[in-house]
This record gives sequence, structure tokens and C-alpha cells, in this order.
Amino acid sequence: MKWLLRLLLLIVVLVALLLGWLFFGGAHQPTSPAMSKVTAATLHDPALIARGEYLAAVGDCAGCHTAQGGAAFAGGRSLATPFGNIPVPNITPDRETGLGNWSFEDFWQALHDGKGRHGEWLYPAFSYTSYTKVTHDDALAMFAYLQSLPSVHLPSTAPTLEFPYSVRNSLTAWRALYFKEGVYKPDPNQSAQWNRGAYLVQGLGHCNECHAARDSLGGTPQDMHLTGGQIPQQNWYAPDLSTRQNGGLQGWNEQDIVDLLKTGQSSKGTAFGPMADVVATSTQHMTNDDLHAVATYLGSLPARTLAPEEPSPFNAKALVQQGEKIYTQQHCVDCHGKDGNGVAGIYPPLNGNSSVTEPSGINATRAVLLGGFAPLTAANPRPYSMPPFAQQLNDADVAAVVSYIRGSWANKAPVVLERDVSKYRQTPID
Amino acid sequence: MTSGFDECGMLSRSASLAPCAPGHRVARAYNRRMNTNTRLHHAKPFGAAVLLVVAILFSTASRAADAPPIPDTLQQRIMACTTCHGVHGEGTPDSGYFPRLAGKPAAYLARQMQDFKNGLRKYAPMEYTVRQLSPAYMQEIAEYFAAQQVPYGRSPLPPVSAATLQRGEQLVSKGDPARQIPACASCHGSQLTGVQPSTPGLVGLPYDYLSAQLGSWRTHTRGTVTPDCMALVANRLSASDITAVAAALASRQLPADTHAQAAGSVTPPLPCGVLGATGDRT
Repeated sequence: MKWLLRLLLLIVVLVALLLGWLFFGGAHQPTSPAMSKVTAATLHDPALIARGEYLAAVGDCAGCHTAQGGAAFAGGRSLATPFGNIPVPNITPDRETGLGNWSFEDFWQALHDGKGRHGEWLYPAFSYTSYTKVTHDDALAMFAYLQSLPSVHLPSTAPTLEFPYSVRNSLTAWRALYFKEGVYKPDPNQSAQWNRGAYLVQGLGHCNECHAARDSLGGTPQDMHLTGGQIPQQNWYAPDLSTRQNGGLQGWNEQDIVDLLKTGQSSKGTAFGPMADVVATSTQHMTNDDLHAVATYLGSLPARTLAPEEPSPFNAKALVQQGEKIYTQQHCVDCHGKDGNGVAGIYPPLNGNSSVTEPSGINATRAVLLGGFAPLTAANPRPYSMPPFAQQLNDADVAAVVSYIRGSWANKAPVVLERDVSKYRQTPID
Repeated sequence: MTSGFDECGMLSRSASLAPCAPGHRVARAYNRRMNTNTRLHHAKPFGAAVLLVVAILFSTASRAADAPPIPDTLQQRIMACTTCHGVHGEGTPDSGYFPRLAGKPAAYLARQMQDFKNGLRKYAPMEYTVRQLSPAYMQEIAEYFAAQQVPYGRSPLPPVSAATLQRGEQLVSKGDPARQIPACASCHGSQLTGVQPSTPGLVGLPYDYLSAQLGSWRTHTRGTVTPDCMALVANRLSASDITAVAAALASRQLPADTHAQAAGSVTPPLPCGVLGATGDRT
């Protein structure tokens, strides 16, 4: 199967190369800052820079463009994808290694069209599939902010992608399938608040880049909007975001969503894994108006159809009974309660928690293995934490206790198996 | 209106979210409920009183039946740390790996959390645990463990020859001047109990942990701010030296006073970034 896919892609690449050569024969010339329609005075406007700083936080640019322990926005790390590693570039205004020689026109082309300074297609690890919806004014503010940062000299590494993905023009085919260029168009039938929320969620927030399943070519099909999916390589499950029937956030009200994004926790659950980072570096800094707009929009996502229940391959009763024993013996019960409802404001409920019941079981499994602190936010500067159980429980015990919490109280999620636990135990952190 | 959160949420919707910080939520929601009941009180005193009593009984009972109240202590907050390092930072001498934190200088402990967060020390569970923590919270946690005083335990030792132990003891107390290896005691204190404010004690640490750390400096999975003096020292040790010195340290008798020495009581022979020391030779 894999060779067939590669052969097909190879043909697509060759056709694309031919078409690319026909249509875009000459290399694109970058616009120098001196030739830009945007003056230096505009870019130095403190109000514009301040707005850009806010928007860069909403978009969580620093989340990807910062290496562990590195200078913010200076890149210097690689993003692992199923197709190979993609370097994350330096976006500080360093002339040699950053955006120092970029004009706003170049920046807009990257953000809006997914094209590099010299007209080359950008790999969609840079989520221009979402950023294309960002308005010209917002993009300008972000560019002004990025240009105001201290310059950091840090070159990017080269991508290490497998053939045929290493041929940039193979992206011609990818873009035809998954990329629709265009700034967000407000829906006149919806409120201004809803439209603001939709703009933030679909555009700068790029929520769908994680909260939808990617297919074998790494794209999110157009009809998959915030329906949840496993994050490739990272192995966390970003849940469905519908609050209506059968939605991943069923039962969440507007305030629950705002609380989670602002403080890191809500009465329905606590952010952890990659979402904890998103809360800490991005959403906690959003204004209450914007958070309520996001919640309003998410609240309007449609109800979901229930996936047909798969018959269990074996009798899970013994597994679940063992899990219940561990739940008590290992003191899970002390914090999460016999009824699985947690302790309000401190420990999250497991009963009805979307991260417990998400389809894959990854989140609950890894939360048990890794434990960790709730997100550290201005509203919660000294968070409580959960012990990691990786050192104390073997794979069978983790499978049992996770199966127990996934199937107890109001939860009706399928069991997880020992072999799944052993896989996620090996997943690299980060 | 079933939980405190919803009520708090309704309160804060039109205003800042700050009053809705965790910890205040339940109290605020409760106050609100009380206010509602006060208003009822004017209308129907008896009914309101019954309602109030029932409400209090119910809330107490449901809580007691379910989970005991969660104490608002640092110890409770940092269960992610204490599950491996012990409630008082005593480590796990029996299993022989997780190091003791109790009594180590606070600045040293805070520095280690920073180093894990920044990827200078590579150990995935620690990197994951501290990735979110702020410098202030790290400092608070470090001070907690630095202040703990608990008895030391003994860890299992691998079978090593008397000659190995002797070589180790020589490195600990005298070093190896021919290879420019300073004695452990020249930085970590004459009794190896550490030196304030940033040099850790080495006594009572498990063999596995000690040898793993010396190995980590050589494989660049443990580092700190430059100049990294321990990286220099570890790279001057041979593989058998690492076994010898780790075994000698782990088998040492504990001194009567296990507190870290006073700041400034040693002059490090090497430039050490963590100490702000330039050293008298390199």
C-alpha cells in the first residue's frame, strides 16, 4: 500500500513540477523593506506593535517558534511530522537568520498564501491553512510586533523530509486538496460576537490544526471542523469541541470554556499535555471579550452523531474490577472522588471528562503515566498537581485503572489495552 | 445552578475573571447562595432556615462521603514531586534512584528545575513535570525541600573491590592532581554535605543516581550554566573512576552534622557558572 501511495505521489509531483514550471517559470522576487508600501514609521507605531503583541499571543506564535530553553520567537527547533522533521524558523528581525530583510508584503504572502519569500511553497506545518483567514490589518500589527523584537542570530536547520515530500512542488497537489486561500468572511446571519469567535478559532487560533483528524497526507479534510483527532507524533488526542449532544465538550457551558482557556481549569476538566502549553502561552492572555466570543462560537458547533459502539473483543469485567481496586489503592479516589467528580477548583472530575472519554484513550493513559501540574496561569500561579504513576504501575495496571475510569459513572468509553499503554509509555515527551 | 462554578461563572461574566480564581470559587458561590437565602429569610423565615440547614448538611455530607477536604498546603500541591522524591524529599534510598532533595541548598534545587525546563538536564519525566513552573513557584518548592530534615537511608551498592573503593575515596578527598581532577570535597564541603547557596551535598545519594549523573555530564544530557565545572570534572574521569567515586560516596558514613556548609567557606578550584566563581586554575 505504501509503495502505491508513493508511486501515485511521484506521478502527482512530476505533473506538478511540469505545471509549476509552466505557470511559475521565473523565480519570485522578494519585496525589499525599502520598496514596501508599508513605511518604517507605520511599523514603529507603538499602538500597532502592542496590538500585534496581543495577536501574536492569540496565535501562539512563540509556542512553535521557540526552542526549549531558547529565546522567544528565535526558532531553532524541529517539528516532527510523519513525513520528516521540519525546522521552525527564526522570526526575530535578525537580518541573516530571521525576518530582518522581510517586508510586510513578504510576511503577508507567507501568512496568507503559504508562500515563502522567494515564492516557494511553505510546508503546512506552518498552519497557513488557518492563517489565511487573518485580516490584512491584523497581519500588519503582528509583523510590526515581530519586527520590534530583539534580534537573535540563530540559523535554522535543513528539513529532513522523506521523498517525495522533500520536493517542495509536491505541495502543489497538497494545496489543491486542503488549502483554500481567503480572509475570513463574516456571516451576516450571526452576531458580531459569534463572528469574532469564528474568526479567532478558524484563523489565528488555528484550533482545527490539532482538533481535527489528519488523513494519510497530513491534511484535514474540509468537512472535519473541530471534530477531534489524534495529534500526529505527539500522541495526544485533541478532543471534539462541540458542546452539544455527543460532542466532546457535551455539557460545557460558555463559562466553562472561558475558565479553561483563562485559568487552565474549569468545572469540567483541566488542560494538560499540549493544551496546557497553549493555555499558558496563549489563551490566558486573551481578553474576556475574545474568550467569550470563542466560547460563543464553540457553543454553536452542531451536535455530533454517535459512533457505532464496537463490540468489545473480550470480557472486560475482570480488567475493570482490577482497575477499581487500583483506583482505591493508589489513592486516585482521594482527589478524584468515589463518584469521579473531583474537587471543585482543585482536582478535575473524571466523570464526564472529555479527556477521559475521548475515543483513543491516549489522554487518560498518558495523564496516569505522566501526572503533572495543572497549567500555571495568572489566575492559578501555584497549581496543584497529579503524581506520575509510570514508576509505580505496570502496563497492565495502567490499562486496568484507565479502563475503569473510562467506563464508570456516566462514562461509557471503551477499555484500553495493555499494549496501548506500553506504546504510550514510550512516546517521547514534547 | 448545581455547582459553585456555574454561579461563579455567572458572577464573573460581566466583570474581570480575577475574583473567580480557583480557591475563591467555592467560597464565593457559597456566599452567593447565602445571600439568596437571606433574601428568602425575609419572606418565609422558617422555610428559609430549614433550607439553610439542609443546604449546609447536604454540602458537608456529600463532601465527607466522597473525598476528604483538600488541604491548601504546598505539600498537597506538589504531589507530582513527592511521589518519587518523598513527602519530605527523603528520596527513595531502597530503590536506589530518585535522589534525596531534603536539606539541599534551595538555590541548587531551583537551578535544577530551571535546567530541566530549559533542556540542559535531560530526563523526560522531570522536563515534563517542571515545564510549566514559574521561577517564583520553583523557588517556593525548592525552599520547601531545602528546609526538610529527615533521616538518611542507605541505598544498595554494587559489589566493588576494595581497590575500587580506595580509588574512589582518593578521588573524593584528594582528587587526582596529575589529571587535574579536584577532590569532590574541594567544592562540596569537607564533609560532602554541600555548601550554601548552590552546591549540593553528595552524602547519602544512591550509587545509581551518582554514577548516572557523572555519565550524563559526559553524554551532554546534564549541563548547567557555563562555565560548567562539573562537565569538566566528569570528562576527566575514566569510566572506572565513575564507578569508584560513586561507590565511595554512596558507602560513606554520614557525618554527625549533615547541614550544608556556610556560604563562602570553600574556594572552588575551577570556574563554575552556577557559583559565579572564576576559580584559581582551569
